[in-house]
Parts: sequence; structure tokens; C-alpha cells
Amino acid sequence: MKSSRRKFIKLAGLTALGWSVCPSLASARSNRYRKIPGALKADRWAMAIDIQKLSDEVMQKAIEACHRLHNVPDIDSRQNVKWIWVETFKTLFDDQVHAHQMEGKEKLPLLTLCNHCDNPPCVRVCPTKATFKRHDGIVLMDFHRCIGCRFCMAGCPYGSRSFNYSDPRRFLNNDELSPDYPTRSKGVVEKCEFCAHLVDQGERPACVEAAEGVLFFGDLSDPDSEVRRVLRDRYSLVRKAKLGTEPQVYYLI
Amino acid sequence: MLEKAIKGSALYWIWLLVLLAVIGAGFGAYLTQLEHGLTVTALDRDVSWGLYIAQLTFLVGVAASAVMMVIPKYLHNHQAFARMLILGEFMAVATIIMCLLFVIVDLGQPQRLMNVVLHPTPSSVLFWDMVVLNGYLFLNILIGWVTLQAERKRVGPPRWIKPFIYLSIPWAISIHTVTAYLYAGLPGRDFWLTASMAPSFLASAFAAGPALLILLAFAVKVFAKWDPGREAIQSLAKIVTYALAAYLFLIGCKIFTAGYSMVPDKLAHWQYLYFGLEGHTMLATFMWVSTAAGVTALLILLFPKNRQSDNILAFACVLVLICTWIEKGLGLITTGFVPTPMKEVLTYAPTGPEILITLGIYGIGFLIITVLWKVGIDVRKEIEA
Repeated sequence: MKSSRRKFIKLAGLTALGWSVCPSLASARSNRYRKIPGALKADRWAMAIDIQKLSDEVMQKAIEACHRLHNVPDIDSRQNVKWIWVETFKTLFDDQVHAHQMEGKEKLPLLTLCNHCDNPPCVRVCPTKATFKRHDGIVLMDFHRCIGCRFCMAGCPYGSRSFNYSDPRRFLNNDELSPDYPTRSKGVVEKCEFCAHLVDQGERPACVEAAEGVLFFGDLSDPDSEVRRVLRDRYSLVRKAKLGTEPQVYYLI
Repeated sequence: MLEKAIKGSALYWIWLLVLLAVIGAGFGAYLTQLEHGLTVTALDRDVSWGLYIAQLTFLVGVAASAVMMVIPKYLHNHQAFARMLILGEFMAVATIIMCLLFVIVDLGQPQRLMNVVLHPTPSSVLFWDMVVLNGYLFLNILIGWVTLQAERKRVGPPRWIKPFIYLSIPWAISIHTVTAYLYAGLPGRDFWLTASMAPSFLASAFAAGPALLILLAFAVKVFAKWDPGREAIQSLAKIVTYALAAYLFLIGCKIFTAGYSMVPDKLAHWQYLYFGLEGHTMLATFMWVSTAAGVTALLILLFPKNRQSDNILAFACVLVLICTWIEKGLGLITTGFVPTPMKEVLTYAPTGPEILITLGIYGIGFLIITVLWKVGIDVRKEIEA
């Protein structure tokens, strides 16, 4: 055995390498996702909004529930942050509007939010996978991975995304902070998340709870779900269907 | 060879100091932006890209245009470009660095920049833009430096560099194509959603880049007392002419599609761009200047006599730069966002810090051009002496 010291060091090095790699290989095989007991499950979450029952009061309740729960700052400028808000029928469905509409229908106020598209362009364009679609269809944001390039905002045809141009905590009241959702830092994009954190705990989204009987939430793949039932019974629209993004927020007409 | 950069006339050093002052002002503004966030810009929820991304778009074109000398020189043995080619390659280096800086200053979380590499996402055009821009930067530094060094030693360039030179040709096309694809594949942005984006980007690039190169070549003639050669400049002038004509033609094609089809989603953007909507006419004013400059430049350049006069050619090149810079550096990005998805109309006017940061990055670019060109030209003077 020539140069045995050299061989020994080689062997020792390989052993050390093996020891350091093996545990991570072993853990890589195990299930990386924590299963949460009691979580609501679906193959494809969807929302339906009954526009006949939408009133100013219901809409404000839904908005407040959402923005309060998620610590959404109220910024009085065009650099504001919105998760769920009010727009008129004309702005949401401009391709459905004509000159001789029923009186007042054009200005009819409606709720709008992220459509959690089945084919989301925002996810396609994100260069870091900071925005991604879950197996149950919810489009989420990783605030710690987002580099703030705002490609997703250009990609979203619905204007559903907001960017934190400044530190959002400056606009939040420390005494009224919700402990159930993190505040964000400046320089990242955010949007409605279908309350994935609540769904995973077995609860329905905050806006659906706040607007009981007006907003419906459920599993589109389940023929007996509430959403499927109302979609069966009522005529419905989605925004900009022709773009092929397959929005999952339905408006019951 | 870099030692040539630190031996210069008083004028050279004064120019560098001026540039450093501009860079310093821009850097100061950037510190404010880092501190307060992009709220110091005029960007908002609807117009979420502005001056920075527009400069990226314009400068990618200038960088790509180096290929307009590489193709004639290496594929057609057009030796008139032999002396000047190095200037084109070094200009590409400087402009690509500017492009990358414009991306960085536009980020909300610049310290997370490496996430693009750590979490590579082939579905994102921005990921590919990162790949092609850095690749093109590498190619031009490599090719420029190796060929210049070979020339200095009075030998032919090494044979292994040839594949890189040939690769740089499609690569140059790719940087502007991929940059166009950033916009051209977004559903719901009807102004950008057209197959003519990449061709029209390339056409305007091959007009703007060589035009800038001609102007800089004239500057070199005056300040560095080195003539890049009349034939090279005349060839570039022809390239500018053809490219400008193609570019104006493609704009006409886009306007026809929007105007004749009268599809409101398409038409509204063009109305905003050229006439303004709901009283928002600031951009329209600029666009008419752009159009007038472009058409005038073409009318001048079409006549060979005009191109042969240095002064008239320089004037036309300034017009070309005005035309293309306004179109890409101001019009293209904002108009893609306005009218907004909610059909709102607004005006985006960059703020002071935004403009300072932009000028600072241009300062860095001109600093790099100055230093690299100084090296390149001094080497050429040495050979030709």
C-alpha cells in the first residue's frame, strides 16, 4: 500500500461527504408537505358572486373583513393596495356593455378580486415562482421570494395585483393589527389569496363569511357543492373569458 | 491594454469627472429610492412599469445593433467595418450593462435579484431575458477583447474565437426578440399583443444603434483625432436608412390593423398614444415630435447626397435617435398600460428621482463607452502609426 496517508484522507473525505449527504437524501424521500387535519379540501376552488343580492353594505362588510384580516393598508394614492374592492358593471364587463342597457345597470357596483385563474398568466410570467398555483387551484404569493419585478402586474389582465411601493406598515395602525396574517415589506406584490390560510384550517374565506348568502365558495369538481349548485341554477359570467385565462370567480346575473 | 485608459488628455479627464458627477447624483437618488421604496417614482397600481423598463427596452436595441457591423464584416467580408467593429462591440458592452442596471433599479427587492438564478423558471420570459442579456454581455467582452489584443500583437485573431463571433449574430437578434416577447405575450395588453413587436423592435434598433454609432464616430473624429473611415460611416448610414424605413412601415402596419379593424380594445391605445384620451395628451405631444423626426430623417437619408455630407448625416442621425427614443423610451410602455384593465385613462410623468437615477445609469454607460473606446482607439492608433 503506497501513499497510505493520502488514501486515508481521501477515504475520510468521502465518508464525511457521505454522512452529510445521506440524511438529506433520506429526508428528501419523506413527504415534504405537512398534512393539516381538518383542512377544507377541493380539486378546484371557485367563487360565485350573486350580483342581485350585492348591496353597498354587504360589499363594505366583505372588504372590511378581508382588509382587516390581511392587514391591507389603506393608502390614499394611485399606489394603493387592494385585495377586494368595488368596480362598476361597465368596468368589469366592458365587452358586455352596449348603449341601450337597462337603466342603471352600467353603473351597478360589483365586487372584484383575484380570479384565481385556472390558466394564470401571472404564474406563467413570474421569473422566480414567487407566485404559483396550488393543487386546489388557489393562486398564491410567496412574499419572501418575490423580487418586485412587477411582471405579474403586467401579465394580469384584471388589475388584481398590487405592489407595495412604500412600506405598508406605515399605513397600518399597530393597535388594530390582525395577528392571523403577516404584514408585508415594501417592494413585493400582493393580492387576494382566497384565504388559503383559513381554508387550510377548515374555514371559508373571510369575505364569504362576511357576505353570507351573497358570495359562494366551494369545490368546482364536486357536483354537489354550493358553487356548482348556484352555477347550475343561474346564468353567470366571468371576466374577459375570451383571453383563455379561465377565471374562477363567477358573477351570477 | 487597460493602461491606455489611465493615460489621457485633460479633456478626457474632465469628461470623466462630469460623468462621475452625473453618476453620483443618480446614485444619491437611488439611495433615496432604496430607503423609501419605488414610491419615489411616478409608477402606480396601473402603470407599473415606466421610465426604467422603457430605457431597458431602448438600450437592448442599441446593444443588438452591433450585429449590423458583424454581419457585413464576417459574413460578407465587408472590410470597411474592420477598423470600427471594435467600437460597436464595446458600445454593446456598455449598453448591456446599462440594461442590466435598469432592471435592477426597477426591482422592489433588488437584494433578492439572485432568486432569478436560484429558482430558474423557464416559463418566464424575464428569466430568458436575463440569460440572453448576460450571454450577450459575455460574448461581446470576450470577442472585443480577444480580437483587439490580437490586433495589437499584429496577428490574426485566434481561430477559436470564430465560433463565438458567429454565435454572437443570432444572439444579438435574440436579445431584442426576447425583450419584445416580454410584452408581446401578455393577454389583455392589446397594445403589445402583436406578432409585429419583435420585428419592429429590431427595425428601430437597427436604426437607432447605428445612428448613435455614427454620432459617436464623429465625436471621436473631433476629440480623439482618429477617423473610423468614411466608407464605414457611409455603410452605417445606409443601414440606418433601410432600418428606419422598415421601422416606420411596421408602425404603419400596426396602425392599420388597429384603425381599420376598429376593435375598441386595440384602437383605444393608439388614440391615447397619438391624440390622448379624456384630456391626457402629454404623451401625444411627444409622439408627434417622434413621428415628425422619423419622417424627416427618412426624407433626408433617402437621398445619397445628403448622407454624404457629414453635417446633414449627423443631423439626420440626431432625428433618428429622437424618433426612436421617444417611441420606445416614453410611448411604448405607458401606452401598453393605458387604458387600464378597468378602462381608466391617466398620465404617467416620471418624477425627479426617477429621472436622476435614469441619467445616472446613462452616465455609467457613457463612462464605460469612453474608457473602452479610449483603449480601442489608442490600440488602433498604435497599430496604424
